[in-house]
Amino acid sequence: MPVVTPSQTQPEYDVIVVGSGAAGGQTAYTCTLEGAKVLMLEAGRDYDPARETPMFQVNSQAPLRGASTPDKPFGFHDATIDGGWQVPGEPYTSASDDPARQFWWWRARMMGGRTNHWGRISLRNGPYDFKPRTRDGLGFDWPLSYEDVAPYYDKVEMLIGVYGDNNGLENTPDSPAGCLQPPPILRAGEQYARAKGKALGLPVIPIHRAVLTQRQDPDVLPAKIHPANPRAQRLLADSMRQRAACFWATPCGRGCSIRANYQSTTVHLPPALASGNLDIVANAMAREVTVDAAGKATGVLFIDRTTGQEQRVKGRVVVLAASSAESVRILLNSRSPRFPQGLANSSGLVGKYIMDTVGAGMAGQIPALENLPRHNEDGAGGNHAYVPWWLYPEQVAGKLGFARGYHIEFGSGRQLPALHTVAGLEAFTRGSFGQKFKEDARRFYGSFIGFAGRGEMIPNEDSYCDLDPVVRDKWGIPVLRFHWKWSDHEIRQAAHMQRTFADWISALGGKVRGTPAMDGAKAIEPGGKIIHEVGGTIMGADARRSVTNQWCQTWDVRNLFVTDGGPFCSNADKNPTLTIMALAWRASDYLLAELRRGNL
Amino acid sequence: MNPPPDAAPRLSRRDALKWITAAAASSLAFSPEPRAGAPAARGYGTDPDLQRAYSPGDVWPLTFTPAERAAAAALCGLMLPPDAEGPGAEALLVHDFVDEWISAPYPEHVADRNTITEGLAWLDAEARRRWGGEFVRGTPAQRTALAEDLCDLASAQPEHRAGARFFQRFRDLAAGGYFTTPEGMKDLGYTGNYAMEAFTGPPPEVLRRLGLA
Repeated sequence: MPVVTPSQTQPEYDVIVVGSGAAGGQTAYTCTLEGAKVLMLEAGRDYDPARETPMFQVNSQAPLRGASTPDKPFGFHDATIDGGWQVPGEPYTSASDDPARQFWWWRARMMGGRTNHWGRISLRNGPYDFKPRTRDGLGFDWPLSYEDVAPYYDKVEMLIGVYGDNNGLENTPDSPAGCLQPPPILRAGEQYARAKGKALGLPVIPIHRAVLTQRQDPDVLPAKIHPANPRAQRLLADSMRQRAACFWATPCGRGCSIRANYQSTTVHLPPALASGNLDIVANAMAREVTVDAAGKATGVLFIDRTTGQEQRVKGRVVVLAASSAESVRILLNSRSPRFPQGLANSSGLVGKYIMDTVGAGMAGQIPALENLPRHNEDGAGGNHAYVPWWLYPEQVAGKLGFARGYHIEFGSGRQLPALHTVAGLEAFTRGSFGQKFKEDARRFYGSFIGFAGRGEMIPNEDSYCDLDPVVRDKWGIPVLRFHWKWSDHEIRQAAHMQRTFADWISALGGKVRGTPAMDGAKAIEPGGKIIHEVGGTIMGADARRSVTNQWCQTWDVRNLFVTDGGPFCSNADKNPTLTIMALAWRASDYLLAELRRGNL
Repeated sequence: MNPPPDAAPRLSRRDALKWITAAAASSLAFSPEPRAGAPAARGYGTDPDLQRAYSPGDVWPLTFTPAERAAAAALCGLMLPPDAEGPGAEALLVHDFVDEWISAPYPEHVADRNTITEGLAWLDAEARRRWGGEFVRGTPAQRTALAEDLCDLASAQPEHRAGARFFQRFRDLAAGGYFTTPEGMKDLGYTGNYAMEAFTGPPPEVLRRLGLA
């Protein structure tokens, strides 16, 4: 079964999955390989990375030298199509005009969603991250522990392919032997930053990213991932044989035509489609989950974007994997006399406790990196190193003034030249032009390091979304209205990031570029800008104080699940995608078992 | 990922309502209001062909006058001349990229359009004052002397500040335009963007230079 039109769908499916990204891809993969008949709805168009990815195009081949525009917010060659913080015809609103209380909502209306362009950073949550309230009294504990999720982290890492290393650091889990791909050698700037960061106590270690540094072993991994399922093993082995290893060129944000990195469209969907158990309808804008008189979900009502017509599809189980905020929107729009405040919302918590990642950044110019011998630093199309949070003892002792940690991502090197690569050098060149400017450009190229802090936000009562009472999108569907506020924990954390970066740049013998904000309130990025939004359908152990249980199953509607970032009840500094996939897999296993038992 | 610094932050309720009204009145997905002084053109949209190679003028028309284009070409030549490492910006028609940039329909480009076109006019006026003709008609020595007065905004004389702001922005655009071409990337010392069997990391001499070997 393939990508179909609405008229070609079956009368009923076992499972309807809304969304085709990390959550929808994983849910559909697990369900179809276990034999369930699945219909996937994707709001955007179909997308073929093998045919459409610009792999070796250089920036002079793009309009505006590839620079960011409102049409392509991450630049012309970025994989995202029909996406951004603004999507034409699909607005959202803000409850406040205060610039400090804005939330930016990223969407990617395309097959595979944002997995096509994401950074591929794949960090496991650690044991503390699932029990934050137990540790510091703030936020919520998850109704599961690291041990519950670990086997799924193992499987996801083996399936998608994640490079990295085991370093035995606190709350930064190691993976069992055989899970990780070998990490790439660190670039010159990464090694130099590691050496000079030691004096500050900064542990620079290989980052974990979903890129194949070697080909996957199709004779070993499928049997580990699907131990009792020969057919799934065969389908996965076939898919693994079609993935190449990284050839150490081209930025991952463009996507990967050789399938060396993870995107849903190259890793999850091909074997799911090959199973014969998956139909996908593209351009299907889900509007609401339909229910029967008994309050059970019966399917999904969507708008066919190619015709503007409403369509209905039926399933025994409905899984929302539309991205955390979009799934909230669908639930709130699934209003009926029986569920006047939206579906699965007896707790009143649908839309509550949305979180993003705390972000702040700084760049430094490092004289030691000037005029280095020319060499190729493309590497794995993204970072090779990072700094996991390193101050757990100081923090738990209350010495820092903020309760949760952050990690540091940093980028260096002689990267593919872009419009900004040789811009704004006056502070270093005293405004040279002519022959001297060309010499300066060669001298300073590759001598900059950019640091970005990525920290944990604690859920709060002031950060939530609801339906705007007036505004609708171009399909007539009510849109989300965002309410947002950082707490002092996040503001102080951002200030700590900036001090750390300034100290590190000094330790590198460098000079801070420009005049970055040192005040946390000014340095912190707007909510949503890091595109790690989670929460809104938080999981818990108590139906009155959460939307789903630990299986991502809504308390109110037992055949309705949410497998995107919505059930996150905390947002560790670790980038959420790997955990989304692990929890989606775990939820799917439970869903299938319940379906077999006749409980759904 | 690090988002670009210039992305539009949000849609206020008022803008959203305005937008909805506009969308209802139009079959177009998005129709920005025309701006004074900006060329009437559309962007490349949210789903452009990423595979093809584009040249300035392919997506929206270029708008430099012949006199502006000539001055911009001369400035490209002055800022990024040919040398042993590369052909220079004028030979690679980087001024056409600058024209593409200031002719683009996106909001960010409106300010640059004013900066560049007014700056080129300022440059010619200053040239007429100094040597009685347009910038392009000056000798290399005359042009260089003028550029010396403009090149460093931080130390420019008050009467040259406006010209210096223009010079700085033009230099950033010209450098970006030049060093993103295949010839410019080679000039800069970028050696990647080809497939390799293995990534072997920094060469030993690089590590020695950094005291890491």
